[in-house]
Amino acid sequence: MELNLRIWRQDGPDTPGQLVDYHLDNADPGMSFLEMLDAVNEQLINNGERVIEFDHDCREGICGSCGMVINGRPHGPAQGSSTCQLHMRSFQNGDQITIEPFRASAFPIIRDLKVDRSAFDRIIDSGGYISTNIAAAPEANSILISKDEASHAFDAAACIGCGACVASCKNASAALFTSAKVTHLVNLPQGKVERSTRVVQMVNQMDTEGFGACSFTEACEAVCPQQISVNHIAQMNWEYNRAKLGI
Amino acid sequence: MTMLDAKIPNGPIEKKWSEYQATCSLVNAANRKRMTVIVIGSGLAGGGAAAALGELGYHVKLFCFHDSTRRAHSVAAQGGVNAAKNYQNDGDNVYRMFYDAIKGGDYRSREANVYRMAELSVRLIDTCVAQGVPFAREYGGSLGNRSFGGVQVERTFYAQGQTGQQLLMGTNSAIARQVKAGRIERFSRHEMLDLVVKNGRAIGVIVRDAITGEIERHAAHAVVLGTGGYAKIYYLSTMAMGCNATAAWKAHKRGAFLANPSFVQVHPTSLPALGKHQSKLTLMSESLRNDGRIWVPARAGDDRSPEKIPDSERDYYLERKYPAFGNLTPRDIAARAAKEQIDAGHGVGPMRNAVFLDFRDAIAQHGRETIQSRYGNLFGMYQKITGIDAYVTPMLIAPSPHFTMGGLWVDYELMTTIEGLYACGECNFADHGSNRLGANSLLQACVDGYFILPSTIGNFLSSRIKEPLSPTDGPEFDQAESKAREDIQKLLSIKGRQPVDYFHRTLGATLWDCCGISRSRESLNRGIEQIRELREQFWNDVNITGGAHEPNSELEKATRVMDFLELGELMCIDALHREESCGAHFREEYQTKEGESLRNDEGFGYVSAWQHRAEGEPILHKEPLSFEAVNVMTRNYK
Repeated sequence: MELNLRIWRQDGPDTPGQLVDYHLDNADPGMSFLEMLDAVNEQLINNGERVIEFDHDCREGICGSCGMVINGRPHGPAQGSSTCQLHMRSFQNGDQITIEPFRASAFPIIRDLKVDRSAFDRIIDSGGYISTNIAAAPEANSILISKDEASHAFDAAACIGCGACVASCKNASAALFTSAKVTHLVNLPQGKVERSTRVVQMVNQMDTEGFGACSFTEACEAVCPQQISVNHIAQMNWEYNRAKLGI
Repeated sequence: MTMLDAKIPNGPIEKKWSEYQATCSLVNAANRKRMTVIVIGSGLAGGGAAAALGELGYHVKLFCFHDSTRRAHSVAAQGGVNAAKNYQNDGDNVYRMFYDAIKGGDYRSREANVYRMAELSVRLIDTCVAQGVPFAREYGGSLGNRSFGGVQVERTFYAQGQTGQQLLMGTNSAIARQVKAGRIERFSRHEMLDLVVKNGRAIGVIVRDAITGEIERHAAHAVVLGTGGYAKIYYLSTMAMGCNATAAWKAHKRGAFLANPSFVQVHPTSLPALGKHQSKLTLMSESLRNDGRIWVPARAGDDRSPEKIPDSERDYYLERKYPAFGNLTPRDIAARAAKEQIDAGHGVGPMRNAVFLDFRDAIAQHGRETIQSRYGNLFGMYQKITGIDAYVTPMLIAPSPHFTMGGLWVDYELMTTIEGLYACGECNFADHGSNRLGANSLLQACVDGYFILPSTIGNFLSSRIKEPLSPTDGPEFDQAESKAREDIQKLLSIKGRQPVDYFHRTLGATLWDCCGISRSRESLNRGIEQIRELREQFWNDVNITGGAHEPNSELEKATRVMDFLELGELMCIDALHREESCGAHFREEYQTKEGESLRNDEGFGYVSAWQHRAEGEPILHKEPLSFEAVNVMTRNYK
């Protein structure tokens, strides 16, 4: 299949960028989206030009490295998919595809489609964990956890930290990412001990990093490759208020 | 040739680790603060070691090439993690688990290490649950289990089909806690380019900042590699795109022996390659074999759609050949059996390079909902990639390189042959012999990092508490940095005609052909010759655009592929020297009349540990394997 691509090129965080047109005439419907970009890069190398930089690694939807805005939508048209799981059969021969980086002031562009998402790490560092020493754990079955609780925690813990939620949000809010960690832990008995300090620290860090507020458009859930529910944001807000009120 | 000393503690096997812990030297808390440990890799092994060492109070510098420590390839392990909890009351215990791993590894692993892995599995589950890993639960709230290939008990703990990701989030949270406490300094987007060695001891590393391109020097009292396996050398594999051997290979070139490099596990249930563009193969968890039945059309070349082929014309070849284990035979056997069927013309799918994994009967027996709750995300993943609904049509699966049992030689303390250099997780060799059992890799990575290394590294550092860090302006640092710079300059100056991927794909195809599921003297000799030619071509004809002092993913690929091009040859040399078949290493010349592996314990009951030489062939050293706690038998899964 033939494709007309418009891809964001930007040398560095402080240089202006622009959309550049590329043509690919030998794409295959069975290719993944990233394999299609590999093919574009191969053309560039053969022309002696520098390649389009983008983050990617596992190419099976679980590491959270990849992510770009494809025709205005983070990770592209397929629901519940990361960019690497999107295949060219989702497009038509002759399509024009616009590819841009995840945009948010808290995700500075490094180059082309590669952005700096280290703000997410700092949100986790601020308290997104259970303070347990590695060898201090009690026998695993000594605390029973219902199937529902475990599965609710799992649904939140499934977040891969790709940042599509931020990229989709008109406020560039990190509420879905942050809430997924808050609810993952608070829904488990082991995570309840630090519930108040954790949520306050994480929300404060989220604000410090420059992410915007959540205004509940639910765009984040729509683009999340793991289909993490916005209900987690509601629970985070409840937890935050609870902590602030000291109840 | 020297005989290597693995420093295995005396005493009966079940007491060795506690004996070691009771007698090893310790570093007191005040001194730990003054000691720096470099950890390379942030997966379950490296990340786990970093978190555990940080918790002990050491100053840890943690490096990973990803943008975040949460992305290491441990994240992609789907199926589960084994532990001898015996929650199912089905006869499991530490010895049985140890025995299964020894037997599964076809008696080419070190007994004492394997026992320790099984022993520590019990505490690992406790640790993970305490970190908040949401393992599958029973209705009463206790932990659930399932069984996995190569065993007859249910000892695998799992979190849907995302167990690796969930365990890694646990590790990552432990890292975050130590980052906040100021004990771990985290360097993401940094890749190790060389090890710095002085008088036989590791004193630091050379790394490249992948954003600025700056080459940095870091000194430490000890260096830990948790850099994973090298199966990406085949290009088409279940590995992530960035998985590489560079840190391990550079350590090898600085004096660390590399053990059993030809032992590569080919996973029987990956998705097949569907075209030339393919950049990786996605694994379908082996757990699917619990409920899926593997078959091919009995008539070669039968291209009817699977639902049109009646049972009488299907060959459920694993159930036929291995009635006791059926679809749950160990990976090497299942992969080779699949290749046999494909080679004999029974392959299915558009490229006739696959076999069917069919859930029809399981859905009829348990209902679609149950199957969905067990494997929902795997079926979803399959549909995303292929566009096929596996609830209706059988999956297409094919063998794919997946795990490297070979790796840096380590002793019982996980120290390599370079003093102060440790290797944990998949980048070492010790626990899986010539074939790894499913759900033992997460286990090994975790116990190496969380439990073993924190004890053993103290035993080494206790005698170094008065030593300051090596100054980074010493001649060893100068030399290593210049070498790294020279390599990069040379690579960028070639400006040839082929992109890096061309060389990687060609190397992968050569290895798959010559040193893959089955090998022969002829194929291995051919492989060595082809790899040497390809290496020469690489250094004359590779084309890398962009510069050294900027983000440059092509340069990153090139520095990895240049090492793969050397490692590939050593894999062939190792496979060629081992004139027997064992586990994943199947030499066509050494098989029974029935086509099963013919092991030669007398001639090859040892670990091959290769020493690098700047010029000429590598030198073979042997660690003889003796088994005291098990009787060495021929594996039989019939």
